Parts: sequence; structure tokens; C-alpha cells
Amino acid sequence: MLHPVSQHQPGVLVASVAAQVSLCAPVARLSLRAKGDVTPLTGAFGVSLPSGIGTCAETDRLSAVRLGPDEWLMKAEVDDLPAILSAGERLYDTLPHSLVDVSGREVTLELSGPKVLDLLTLGMARDPEMIPVGDARRLNFDGVTVLLWRKAEDRFEMDIWHSFAPHILSLLKTGVAELAAEV
Amino acid sequence: MLLIHCPYCKETLPESEFTYAGQAHIVRPEMPSEQTDAQWEEFLFLRANPKGPHYERWRHFHGCGRFFNAVRDTVSDKFLTTYPANTPKPDLESLIGDAE
Repeated sequence: MLHPVSQHQPGVLVASVAAQVSLCAPVARLSLRAKGDVTPLTGAFGVSLPSGIGTCAETDRLSAVRLGPDEWLMKAEVDDLPAILSAGERLYDTLPHSLVDVSGREVTLELSGPKVLDLLTLGMARDPEMIPVGDARRLNFDGVTVLLWRKAEDRFEMDIWHSFAPHILSLLKTGVAELAAEV
Repeated sequence: MLLIHCPYCKETLPESEFTYAGQAHIVRPEMPSEQTDAQWEEFLFLRANPKGPHYERWRHFHGCGRFFNAVRDTVSDKFLTTYPANTPKPDLESLIGDAE
């Protein structure tokens, strides 16, 4: 029986000499859909929305990624959520958009370690090296759509919808142990 | 595995991120109530089945989520080009010339 990943305390879930998987603390997540000129939203959220698909923009309290031609995802501090939602609401008359709180939708796992690129190849057909540091990509990981942020050369964050998280975590646990056996 | 270029993400990505969505450039009638049964039949059911270049729709399902159009050779499975939805059909002659 696979238990919900969110039942765990934030912290290291599995580690070996090869790689480490930890659960990140809960954050506020917002899905933004908007068309046309989105510069007014930049002022409202305090971050300039990135223009290329897969590119990110960050401030110390908020990070945003463009997922599609009219779709962005923002991760922010939990305390900032009401302020961001009301900032969006004020702009609604001039720039119709959809800003939805999806904080309860997914968990974030942090993957790191010297063999983290090998660990990722267990589930994805893409070459993880092709994701530039600082970018994020929505992609297919072992049949599941996940959002993979490359935070550093050997550190990734993976946002996974709750119902798929136990499956992905069990694959990663196997991978972490397997790669350690090779070292 | 096929590698498909997504015209929105501007990257060439593995086939497993994409789903096929049938023949492209099928226009929904503007006045559906004026259509005859034969016209409806053609709109709903009759599709080209060419041996060679085929205009078709694909969706970058595990990615930007967008539908786009592609020209794929049904014999070699080679993608001649991909282009955003709502843009006109590319000229087949020049595509075949490019491929050769």
C-alpha cells in the first residue's frame, strides 16, 4: 500500500552516496492563465513574468515559470497568498485572466547528489542535461506529467500531483539505492 | 522513438510527450444547420489516408499542452515540418525538396 507522500515531514526521504530525495516544505502555488500583454501583472506580483516557455523569473519570495503560450505557474511563500490573489483581482477588469490557488494540488521533491542526472534518466525520455540551470520544464516522467525545475547543476525540484507522488517516489527510492550499488 | 519539434516550446522532444490528434485542417462548418447529411458525413467521418505526406494534428500533452499541426510522411514516419495551429498549410513541394 502506498501512502500519500504529503504524510511525511519535510526533510530527507531517502539518501545514498549517489543521490538524495527530500520533501520540500509546503508552498503557495498559483496557476495563471492570461493572454495578450501581461505587463500589468508584472507590477501586481512584483516579478516580471518570463517570456520564453520553460524560463523562470525569481524574487526572494516568489518564483514564476512560463509553462505554455498563455500559462504560468507561480510558487510563493504561504503567507503571501492572499496578497497575490487580491493583486490579481484588482487587475481583473483591465486584464481578464485566471489566477487560481492550486497549493493543495501537488508536492515538491528535491533531488540532489552527484548522480542526480542518472537518477532522472530512469523516468524521462529527455536528456536532463538539456535543461539549462535556472529553467524549468513540464515533462513526462515515467508516464506522469511533472514540473522539473533545475535549481543548480546537480539539484532539481520536481512538482508532482499528489495522486502520482507515491509512484514517482517509489521509483526514485529504487533508483537512489540502485545507483549507490554502482558507486 | 520519434523526435518531434514543438513549434511553441521551440524544442525537439521525445514522442512520449506528445499525443496524436487526427487529420489537420478540417474546418467546422460555419452554418451547421445548413449542412446536408452527406456534408456532415464528410466532416465527421471521411478522412484522408495517404501513402506519403500527411497533414495531421498533434498535442504536446506532457508539456505546453498545445495542439499544433505537422506534416508526417506515413511511409518513412519522418516529420517534414511542424507549425502552429491556425496557420496555413505549408507548401508540400518545398518541404519535400528540403527533406531530400
